[in-house]
Amino acid sequence: MSESLDVPKALSGTGSWLDDRFHGARGLRVFMRKVFPDHWSFLLGEIALWSFVLLLLTGTFLALFFVPSAGEVVYHGSYTKLDGISMSQAYQSTLNISFDIRAGLLMREIHHWAADLFMAALTIHMLRVFFTGAYRKPREINWLIGIGLFTLGLLEGLFGYSLPDDQLSGAGLRIFEGVLQGIPIVGTYAAFFLFNGPFPGDSIIPRLYILHVFLIPGLILALITAHLFIMVHQKHTQMPAKGNTENNVVGQPFFPYFMAKGGAWFFFIFGALALLATFAQINPIWLYGPYNPVQISSASQPDFYMGILEGALRVMPAWEWNFLGHTISFSVLIPAAIPFGIIFTGAGLWPFFEQWATGDRSWHNINDRPRNAPIRTATGIAAVVFYGVLWAEGANDVIADFVQIPLYTVTWIARVLVFVGPAIGFYVTRRICLGLQRKDAEMLEHGLETGVIRQMPNGEFVEIHRPVTEDERAILEAKRPSALMPTAGSEDDNGVPSPEVSGTLGRARAIANRGFAETVVVETNGHGNGHGNGHGPADEHVAVPAGGGPAELPGGGDGEDGESGES
Amino acid sequence: MSDMEEVAGPEGPVAPHRVIGTPPPTPRLLGSGHGAEDGGTGHGTEVEPAEERLPAEPEYPTHAKNAEKVVAASFVLAFLAGCGFIAAYIGLEVHSVDAVFRSNLALGLSLSVALLGLGFGAVIWVRHIMPDAEVVEERHALRSTDAERAAFAEYFSEATGASQFVKRPIIRRTLMLATLPLAAIPIVALRDLGPLPGTSLRHTVWSPGRRLLVYGTNQPITPAEFSAPGSMITIVPDGYQDDLDALAKAAVIIIKFRPGELNVPTRTNGSTVIGTMNWTVDNIVAYSKICTHVGCPAALYEQTTHHILCPCHQSTFDATTGATVIFGPAPRPLPQLPMTVDAEGYLVAKSDFTQPVGPSFWERG
Amino acid sequence: MGWINARRRRPVAGYAALLLGLVVVGLLYGVLTRTGGGAQAAPTSASQDIAAGQKLFQATCSSCHGLDAQGTSQAPSLIGAGAAAVDFQMSTGRMPAHEVGAENARGPVRFSQQEIYEIADWVASLGGGPAIPDAQQVSTSGADTALGIQLFMANCAQCHGFAGDGGALTYGKFAPALTQATPTQIYEAMLTGPEAMPVFADGALPPQAKRDIIAYVVDTRTEPNPGGLSLGRIGPVTEGLVIFLGGMGFLVLIAMWITAKRREPWDVAQEENARMSQTAGTSGTSGTEH
Repeated sequence: MSESLDVPKALSGTGSWLDDRFHGARGLRVFMRKVFPDHWSFLLGEIALWSFVLLLLTGTFLALFFVPSAGEVVYHGSYTKLDGISMSQAYQSTLNISFDIRAGLLMREIHHWAADLFMAALTIHMLRVFFTGAYRKPREINWLIGIGLFTLGLLEGLFGYSLPDDQLSGAGLRIFEGVLQGIPIVGTYAAFFLFNGPFPGDSIIPRLYILHVFLIPGLILALITAHLFIMVHQKHTQMPAKGNTENNVVGQPFFPYFMAKGGAWFFFIFGALALLATFAQINPIWLYGPYNPVQISSASQPDFYMGILEGALRVMPAWEWNFLGHTISFSVLIPAAIPFGIIFTGAGLWPFFEQWATGDRSWHNINDRPRNAPIRTATGIAAVVFYGVLWAEGANDVIADFVQIPLYTVTWIARVLVFVGPAIGFYVTRRICLGLQRKDAEMLEHGLETGVIRQMPNGEFVEIHRPVTEDERAILEAKRPSALMPTAGSEDDNGVPSPEVSGTLGRARAIANRGFAETVVVETNGHGNGHGNGHGPADEHVAVPAGGGPAELPGGGDGEDGESGES
Repeated sequence: MSDMEEVAGPEGPVAPHRVIGTPPPTPRLLGSGHGAEDGGTGHGTEVEPAEERLPAEPEYPTHAKNAEKVVAASFVLAFLAGCGFIAAYIGLEVHSVDAVFRSNLALGLSLSVALLGLGFGAVIWVRHIMPDAEVVEERHALRSTDAERAAFAEYFSEATGASQFVKRPIIRRTLMLATLPLAAIPIVALRDLGPLPGTSLRHTVWSPGRRLLVYGTNQPITPAEFSAPGSMITIVPDGYQDDLDALAKAAVIIIKFRPGELNVPTRTNGSTVIGTMNWTVDNIVAYSKICTHVGCPAALYEQTTHHILCPCHQSTFDATTGATVIFGPAPRPLPQLPMTVDAEGYLVAKSDFTQPVGPSFWERG
Repeated sequence: MGWINARRRRPVAGYAALLLGLVVVGLLYGVLTRTGGGAQAAPTSASQDIAAGQKLFQATCSSCHGLDAQGTSQAPSLIGAGAAAVDFQMSTGRMPAHEVGAENARGPVRFSQQEIYEIADWVASLGGGPAIPDAQQVSTSGADTALGIQLFMANCAQCHGFAGDGGALTYGKFAPALTQATPTQIYEAMLTGPEAMPVFADGALPPQAKRDIIAYVVDTRTEPNPGGLSLGRIGPVTEGLVIFLGGMGFLVLIAMWITAKRREPWDVAQEENARMSQTAGTSGTSGTEH
């Protein structure tokens, strides 16, 4: 049996003092017992969270030494190769941090690696949330907040690595200004206002600095707080498993388990970043030299999270219109607006599109297995392929050099793949999902092969299948296909046209709905322990017949069977 | 008439008087100890005090004892590494590349070991020393009950009525009127962020007679000094060799060709000449180095193909025919700088570029 | 062999076999592809044996360049190319070329430095051209690396990369890495503009400027990387790969470990197994399923 420990007097004294003022006992107890479900993919968002904390800490250290000024100085510091060169104070103070402040280089590297890790973790976390359908009701707002965080993180990183005013990031700022300048009507004004005159000017560094250390981190902090608050209030989703229902959360309590795991996770993330900072050199600005608009290097790429913009600029062929004394350069506008536009708008609208297409307005606290949502998974993969092709094209000169193929060939491949790739990705993924569903159905029906061969009395050799365990069954059956809407333009018995699917939009909706509702029927009454017992799965690839509306109560896979024979 | 009123007695706060629709969140603990896998048949909707407690000891005591040693060792290692960091910080100097290499290695390694040691120890602690426990917590409905919603709506309409906001359109409308300029002020106040572009994007600092200087050495150059065919060098305008704002538009490359290779056609934009052989000197041609795509220096020159390649997005220009675009996203050829020689034989500009250099913009024409 | 056999089925055995295979292949590769050394004894550049040079030329180079170096359809004329060009091309092993028309990469040097000087002198005798720089001309003592980096970043880095690690050109050509080039070879390359590289004659880039550039290149390639491994010195591309594959990969594995289901601890299971095999007296596992 359990024994309660005596709480030390100091703790209980403080606790009472606080509780007198804040009414904390009940709430704190509730929070301490709060259950957090356990799955490794639920720790991805925390990578971003702890990386951000580390960015704040290391960033504060750096800010104590960095000088955000474009004022020119002549260098006479420890990095003797650059002795006598004229450079900005920003660059000089960064050299100072790297070579004249103990632990300075380590802090710079942890800071930059943490920024990269923040964005990488955000990307993977976003994909996890997408592929498991965790953005569905009631979590749509949190999804949108997440996209906002992603955008802010992009900008924060871009401004951050531009602060040292080195050759590489300066080239990036030049591109940024060129793109800005090309925006119709307001472009030149925007560029001149941001840079306080022509490029480069001497205001951009201090302006980026205040955006990078104050404004954007403040916004990110506020959004993270909202994001976490909502997640705690709505409780985290959980993976399908035995005992997990839409109305419970199964796991371990926050105190002490999740707190300990979270703490350990923080140390591992910090440790991983420290390892990277020790053994993998990042952003060696002393090798790039101070920025001069006359100089440029090959292999000039931005940090990876800006890669798709860079790739879009490289993949685009020349296209410009001149008319009535004005110029619109599509070579610049299309890459600047379309890829990020597609990704962010698509991501933002997706939960609502899916709701519209499936008509599903129920709460979802159990995650989907990606195979059970073929259209969603296929669309996600198509987006990943689109992103990936442009991202790789951003490194096209490095790829050409490394793989030893001609430079233009890489670009031509990307030009084709950027359209063909997502289509192929969509098609293949959808088929794979349906195939996996079929495999699940077979497993439920026939059980799992054990590899044990037995000889029957009549001499026949058979392989023993074991039935799926309760746990496995719960996971396999945790599929809730969307309900099928009436066919487009159909009418009910009284001749009343169904409002959901009338009109052009309704027809489109019906088509989308058919796609989303397509699923492989899961056998729920199969014996699952033999060679199919004489009946094979017949006509398993049907859409769930209409009538089974999306239930709000738990229950995976109950109801409709396919047309299989009984044993 | 609120449903969630907290009753405050004279001796202090009393438990809030909960009403409909908000079940108290007391989770039911089930399944302690062995076989955590089947420890979850969630019944926990009751509020009864028959709550099970977290197990105090782990299931396998000897194993936990062994694990404890591992955890302790891990923490001790982390401690030593942390001390090592401090020692390395104090003991190791910086101020040279080699010294920074040593210092970074020592500081980083000790920090990594300290952190990973803590993390590793903590994970072993949770997984092997803390008793296994699976808890089931009920989710309360997120949707408020109809009664709650009705109460909300009722108060809201009451309060709105009391505010007279709806009933008195004059004050409503004048209020909105009053806030409009205040909302505009943050935008208006940003006007002085920068100057208006005016026509500055149409000009560079090149002017008639301005000498071409070799970037870096800042020496003027004569055609005789630039006579080897296939030569290329970066050029900056005399008087502006250190002015980054000027250089961002005025950087130039000059290329020397063999006789017969260079064939710049005469091109005009309306009535303005924008390219011609007359602007070359002795088969030396001068182009703007600022790429017409988004402004990177278009610096790569391949002697064998006569191509100028911008490394940023691979815009490629043919230097023999007036830097016409042959691949990539650049929409226009690189502007040609009119060039001649001055009295002392040095290469000088005849005039400024006759078209805007660099990336396109709306007012370019 | 009993020791290995007993451990054949352990999961770690597969990894050990793979590691052994990789090590063996790596060693074989290293041994078999060792490039022939081109290092020679300290040569003098004052060879006057032009006739010897002509003989060597006609034996090897004339098949593409013509008997009088006048050029053929396969290779350009070398009249006026100069001694420096010959020295550069041959001392880096680019010439004799493997293939006609291909871009020639650095390779094994096939002639002794003395022979190269003889050929170079003969070619120079045909029509002048840039001379081989002497030791003083390429000496980097007292050079200004600050000016060197400026010149390098404005005229060289766009092809060779900011740290001289090379880069792609168009149509399958490449600007080589500068990691192995000697100061003389760098000087000669600037002077003669080999293949696609432009010419940087002394009129545009005076000898001191060339020395500054050479000093910068040599300094940079010998400089240690204080922040850790260099990751190729090509910038954020490799950094992005490292953060995803290295950083996220490592962390995902740790996350899987932290959240893994607790199973019966191995030492407890071992004890149980030992006890059960003692009491039951049967060999083999006790039939538990996974």
